[in-house]
Amino acid sequence: MAKAIIDEKVCKGCGLCVAVCPKKILRLAAHRMNDKGYNPAEVTDEAACIGCAMCGIMCPDSAITVEK
Amino acid sequence: MAVVYEKSKLLTDTPLHYCPGCTHGIIHKLVAESLEELEAGGKAVGVAPVGCSVLAYNYFSCDMVEAPHGRAPAIATGLKRALPDGVIFTYQGDGDLAAIGTAETVHAATRGENITVIFVNNAIYGMTGGQMAPTTLPGQVTQTTPYGRDVTKAGFPVRVCEMLSTLSGVAYAERVSVDTVPNIRKAKAAIKKAFETQMAGKGFSIVEVLSTCPTNWGLTPVEALQWLRDNMIPYYPLGVYQDRTANKKGVF
Amino acid sequence: MSERVLMKGNEAMAEAAIRAGCRHFFGYPITPQTEVAAYMSKKMPKIGGTYLQAESEIAAINMVLGAASAGVRAMTSSSSPGISLKTEGISYIAGSDLPCLIVNVERGGPGLGGIQPAQSDYWQATRALGHGDFHVLVFAPSTVQEVVDLVFLAYDLAEKYRMPSLLLSDGLLGQMMEPVSFPEPVERAAEKPWAANGHQNKRPHNIINSLYLAPDELERTVVERFRRYAEIERTEQRCQEYLCDDADYVIVAFGATSRVSQSAVDTLRAQGVKAGLLRPITLWPFPGDAIRSHIPHTKAFLSVEMSMGQMVDDVRLAVEGKVPVDFFGRTGGVIPRPAEVVEKVLTMAGGDK
Repeated sequence: MAKAIIDEKVCKGCGLCVAVCPKKILRLAAHRMNDKGYNPAEVTDEAACIGCAMCGIMCPDSAITVEK
Repeated sequence: MAVVYEKSKLLTDTPLHYCPGCTHGIIHKLVAESLEELEAGGKAVGVAPVGCSVLAYNYFSCDMVEAPHGRAPAIATGLKRALPDGVIFTYQGDGDLAAIGTAETVHAATRGENITVIFVNNAIYGMTGGQMAPTTLPGQVTQTTPYGRDVTKAGFPVRVCEMLSTLSGVAYAERVSVDTVPNIRKAKAAIKKAFETQMAGKGFSIVEVLSTCPTNWGLTPVEALQWLRDNMIPYYPLGVYQDRTANKKGVF
Repeated sequence: MSERVLMKGNEAMAEAAIRAGCRHFFGYPITPQTEVAAYMSKKMPKIGGTYLQAESEIAAINMVLGAASAGVRAMTSSSSPGISLKTEGISYIAGSDLPCLIVNVERGGPGLGGIQPAQSDYWQATRALGHGDFHVLVFAPSTVQEVVDLVFLAYDLAEKYRMPSLLLSDGLLGQMMEPVSFPEPVERAAEKPWAANGHQNKRPHNIINSLYLAPDELERTVVERFRRYAEIERTEQRCQEYLCDDADYVIVAFGATSRVSQSAVDTLRAQGVKAGLLRPITLWPFPGDAIRSHIPHTKAFLSVEMSMGQMVDDVRLAVEGKVPVDFFGRTGGVIPRPAEVVEKVLTMAGGDK
């Protein structure tokens, strides 16, 4: 059981985490914006997360905490 | 469950002002994580440049000094001479380090000044809106090279690690990239080694980090990483350009 | 006080800085200040201090910025063309509220100018040591002993008001030998809780900075700084007066020209002309209060300078047109002779002794 927790108010929707996720379970929320006006990243399938932390490592804004 | 990845405590809560997908944020994390792992945050003093990372003093939770454009290595020199046990680093972009601050960079290096330079090379002046930098590639289009950098008029890019590696004061010089997770891991190891080099008193250390500027390159953040791989890495090969850290006394 | 020793102005200045607690000197060779650097390079290694020959004047002043950020007493010295290069860093140091000591052993200008003594950097020192709204404390010694005393004062006031101090010497004073005695050495530096010297995980991080992107924040910072400047102008004006109390003609001169002018005053007095000398010791703050105090009995003021007339502006500003203000100067490295000053005053006096 692993988990990627995205701090949506910090996220700038750059999509680097989406591109790097090996399980392809991240996407940018298409119909939702945060206070900054960005479409934040979100996890589509929590159960599939393997806790590799690649999304966290890639995130320029330190918006992602990963637990395992 | 245990936390396997979280924000470094050496970064403040201030939100970064960088554009979405700008790799400055990744490099900030690597510097902060390295200092944190070395338990050096309390004795660290960073020097921020002029350029996109001018506000870096708000992001690192160690003491910080903001420098005039290009002068960060001179300021770091003054800090290090006053605080010989401090861990002193500069964080500089390509315009700051390789154009207006070339003399300060070269002479801090050749003195073997016991500081660490984090050099962010994204081949463009980002803050002022995307003009040609000393590291802009031949043919690269920028605001001030609208027909591509013509080397017959604008000269050639500066390869900083290659140039500095010829100097006797350089203990450690490596060029890394942050375009992939494996490369980010290597970049972190290089930055940590650079700080360790300084903490062992072995001389000048520099890590050149190939970085992106999605906004001024006119690409998405993901495309920008690909552009870096396709264009920058061939011109600026990754690797260690100087390593005198095996010597007990470093460069001296 | 130590026993009196015979020393060259430039070397006495360096020794005074060391005794005032300076252990970090960053220099670059230029005539006629090189003895300062040479003396530091000889002494600093023996007392655990830093002498560093920088790659440029620009680098040297930024090394001072770095060392001053860490809270130590730092110093650089240069001569006129080199000071022009340092102005970038001086503006940043002032904008970052850092104390330090900068020395200008003036030579003739503009451009490469010459290497003989001059005072033609007065405007630069008091008006434009860099871009932006700011002042630095400017001290103008006239003897080697005063060089020593003002180095101590310059550091103390720089730290008190958190701003750079500039010691304005010239090639004459720098090369001249006179007997001096030194005050007791400063053993302990003042507390500097603002310094960027590593927080040791015991306090929030300190930031040394001159950037304020919000206009109202920058304005607030500059206005606060100018409140400090106003206090300095009220309390730190310094000058020395010689036979001014009954003078019909008050000569205003600083540094080397004040020595020439004092000889002229003696000659004039011997000829029955009531002349006096007012010698500014601080050029910023300019001793306008002392000048104003002599307006009621003075027929005219005369500014004597080694320039085409720069300090005369400040004399005029102080006098506010209430009595005439005249100027006599030589420039390019030429030192005025006392006889020339006497002649000028006699011309001003006309038939009226």
